[in-house]
Amino acid sequence: MTAAVHLQDVVKRYGSVTAIHGVSLTIADNEFFTLLGPSGCGKTTLLRMIAGFEAVTAGEIRLFGDDIARLDPNHRPVNTVFQHYALFPHMSVIDNVAFGLKMQGIDLAARRTRAGKMLEMVHLSHFADRMPAQLSGGQQQRVALARALAPAPKVLLLDEPLSALDLKLRQAMRVELKTLQQETGITFIFVTHDQEEALTMSDRIAVMSEGRVQQVGSARDIYETPDNRFVADFIGETNLLEVDVHSVTDGRASMTLPGGHPLTCPSASATPGRHALSIRPERVTIAATGELKATVDRVVYLGTDLQVLSRLADGSPFTIRLQNAARTTIPEAGATIGLHLEEGAARLLAD
Amino acid sequence: MAGGDDSWRPLARPLLIPIWVVIGVFSLLPVLLMAVYSFLTKEFRGGVEWDFTLAAYDQFFVTRGLFGDEPAQIEWTYITIFWRSIWQALICTALCLLIGFPTAWFIATRPAQSRGIWLFLITIPYWVNLLIRTVSLKFLIRDNGPLNEGLMAIGLITEPLPLVNTNLAVQLGLFYSYLPFMVLPIYAAVERYNFALSEAAADLYASRWTTLREIVLPVVKPGMIAGCILVFVPALGAFLAPDLLGGAKTFMIGSLIDEQFKGSQGNWPFGAAASMILMTLVLIVLVFYARAASREGAA
Amino acid sequence: MKGVRHYPGFLSITVLCLTILYAPLIVIMVYSFNGSTSITQWGGLSLRWYGEVFTGPEASRFGQAAWNSITIALMASTAATIIATAAALAMVKGGRFRGRSASFALINLPLMVPEIVTAVASLIFFTTIGLTTGYGTILIAHITFCIPFAYLPLAARLEGIEATYEQAARDLYATRAQAFRLILLPLLAPGVASGWLLAFIISLDDFIITNFVKGAGMETLPTAIFGSVKQGIKPNIMAISTLMLAASVLFVTAAYLINRKGRQTP
Ligand SMILES: Nc1ncnc2c1ncn2[C@@H]1O[C@H](COP(=O)(O)OP(=O)(O)OP(=O)(O)O)[C@@H](O)[C@H]1O
Ligand SMILES: [Mg+2]
Repeated sequence: MTAAVHLQDVVKRYGSVTAIHGVSLTIADNEFFTLLGPSGCGKTTLLRMIAGFEAVTAGEIRLFGDDIARLDPNHRPVNTVFQHYALFPHMSVIDNVAFGLKMQGIDLAARRTRAGKMLEMVHLSHFADRMPAQLSGGQQQRVALARALAPAPKVLLLDEPLSALDLKLRQAMRVELKTLQQETGITFIFVTHDQEEALTMSDRIAVMSEGRVQQVGSARDIYETPDNRFVADFIGETNLLEVDVHSVTDGRASMTLPGGHPLTCPSASATPGRHALSIRPERVTIAATGELKATVDRVVYLGTDLQVLSRLADGSPFTIRLQNAARTTIPEAGATIGLHLEEGAARLLAD
Repeated sequence: MAGGDDSWRPLARPLLIPIWVVIGVFSLLPVLLMAVYSFLTKEFRGGVEWDFTLAAYDQFFVTRGLFGDEPAQIEWTYITIFWRSIWQALICTALCLLIGFPTAWFIATRPAQSRGIWLFLITIPYWVNLLIRTVSLKFLIRDNGPLNEGLMAIGLITEPLPLVNTNLAVQLGLFYSYLPFMVLPIYAAVERYNFALSEAAADLYASRWTTLREIVLPVVKPGMIAGCILVFVPALGAFLAPDLLGGAKTFMIGSLIDEQFKGSQGNWPFGAAASMILMTLVLIVLVFYARAASREGAA
Repeated sequence: MKGVRHYPGFLSITVLCLTILYAPLIVIMVYSFNGSTSITQWGGLSLRWYGEVFTGPEASRFGQAAWNSITIALMASTAATIIATAAALAMVKGGRFRGRSASFALINLPLMVPEIVTAVASLIFFTTIGLTTGYGTILIAHITFCIPFAYLPLAARLEGIEATYEQAARDLYATRAQAFRLILLPLLAPGVASGWLLAFIISLDDFIITNFVKGAGMETLPTAIFGSVKQGIKPNIMAISTLMLAASVLFVTAAYLINRKGRQTP
């Protein structure tokens, strides 16, 4: 089966600035695919190149096999939900939704029916004759969605569509977007810098940094088996420790933690030398028997969780997350605690 | 956001052709031609002869006595007229600023519903024909016009104030002509002003007037500078107010230039030279303004 | 405690400002209804000078002048608006191109040159190329100096229209021409309207340049009035002035109301 979208070595330069450094990605049909990364990493640029608003400097963009990199936006069967919606302010809601159909030459009656259906789908049927300025942010967002979906694009592009909404609405829209994607079967390419949004909605996520894709994988993949230091650090919370790997045998690396504590962990490809080790705070438990010792600095109360900020023997900071259950014993500041690492808690990173 | 889409880029130059042609031919070319004229020889009964000479500038700056046989000295007549014009325009600008700032501030701080009405009231006179406004002012301040009659009726004065044909009348006329030009840009600046800055200053113990001096004025300065330019430049070359409200003693650049092109007394090269000098003055002011504006922009 | 927006005395200054601006206009309006032949004596309310405007000895001269003024203003503002719209599209949407700053300077040239200098330069130019001064030269001069006035509100409006609207249209299968016609042009319309209005009034208002390039025998309303007031302010001038004043106020009020209505239902 051909991929919905395939990017091959896509480069974008603005004069002397390179915004995208040779990105290759394959996005499957029916996939909810997310581009995730910090501000300025090139997510929007990549999306705009797929939509056709920016020319690619080099590389190919294939849509179901056809190279579209040099087509005008109106000749690409993809539609965009803009960050600030870009609803045409001089047209009513229904005219906005029907615009794409009109441009495709669909007759008035069919347009009306289809646009009406779209509005129904986003629960805005009775707002059809309002002007965009008379809608709330959340309603505008749904109109933008209905407008982009009305021409039944092969791929829907969404650039931080939820960023202007408040927390509750944002959470509700996440569910709604995901449902919509599953119902319509359209491939969604979603841009966000909010990792929670990315983790909860996406089938797969591409983590980007400085114009490069760092890792592609499911939410679980990128959280549990980050490929490199950037991904481990950017996704969730982690303890990054500098370790000395002295030997690798049978897919297990033996190393020394800061402070001299020995540890082995699975690793397919590590080589002896200095490496970064990621240990997720929730994969560590406090146990009197734990041989790795730490001194508690402070305990932060987070409601469902407790965050224990501590230091290892050499003084490097180390965070532990405990569930706030009835049986949890809360360590005192200043106390020395033993730490127990679950199997698989530690992951050795390439740089 | 402008320029996000490349599709207009190839059209940019073709779309500019009409404006290049019209302004280039009918504005730029005439100004260049005028520069040439200022170096030509005058002909009797208006017009020129195509002999190049510095006579016009010589007449402007240098005198050799009544019969042209004395040693060259600085000719003060025209320099005085220019100096008077600059001075009048400066006073006019200062007056407009003094009245215009409080007015603009007051309007910009009205509640949204009534602000439109106030602004509308200020702009209406701007839309009324300048000639009609100047004529009306002349009518109002005539020796036996309504102003003097009114003042005499309430016993404030016994003799009519001789206003017409004085510097004061010209001053009033200039002020009256260009006041809206001062109010509007300041209004725009005050409307954008973040009043939280004033609140922060008050919170840090600044008095109302200290806040005005230390915070408000520096922040809205670009608007005030723009207003000053919009008033000063046309006031400098004004013709109607000095011509209708002034007399021989209040003669300004505008009238001097106008005279050179009227009837057989005219002297086209001299008028062109005076225009060149006026334009140079204005350009100097504008260059200073551009410098100040870019400095503000960079800060 | 008054808020930080309040400054004592600013209200009084605003009132003073409005008084100065309005007093002469109100006075001339009132005196235009004066029944007396003497402009200094009040002779009761009367419409005789308005009758004079339309039937008096000067009626045909002023009528012709008014006709010239209006036709020139209509044509000049329309031409200037079309030229300025094209230029604004190029300047605002064209990105950076060679000659952009030169074009910007050129567009603003008529604003930077003092009016009297433009007048002199135009007269010299028309004389040199051998064009007889008259209706045609007035029209050309008006088109030229109206361009920057039409350009300013147009460009300001265009700057405020985000590129995403056009992009959204293109994304929804509109061609460039369709995106322009269906999205950009309607959004730009208020800017076109205010640019045209500004140019129209600037053209009607002009005296200095017109006075230089009008040639003998040709008059616009301002030059005709100017010629007349040189011999003293006669009551029929006050009536004409009041009519022009009323026309300006009506015109601007209409524009204001349309604009406000447009803003309520965007
Ligand atoms: N028109 C442009 N000219 C020059 N540089 C640009 C242009 N557009 C984007 N860039 C640069 O390209 C890089 C990527 O920008 P992009 O807008 O794609 O970031 P982003 O990941 O979407 O960030 P954000 O989350 O803040 O929206 C940035 O460093 C930006 O400065
Ligand atoms: Mg972005």
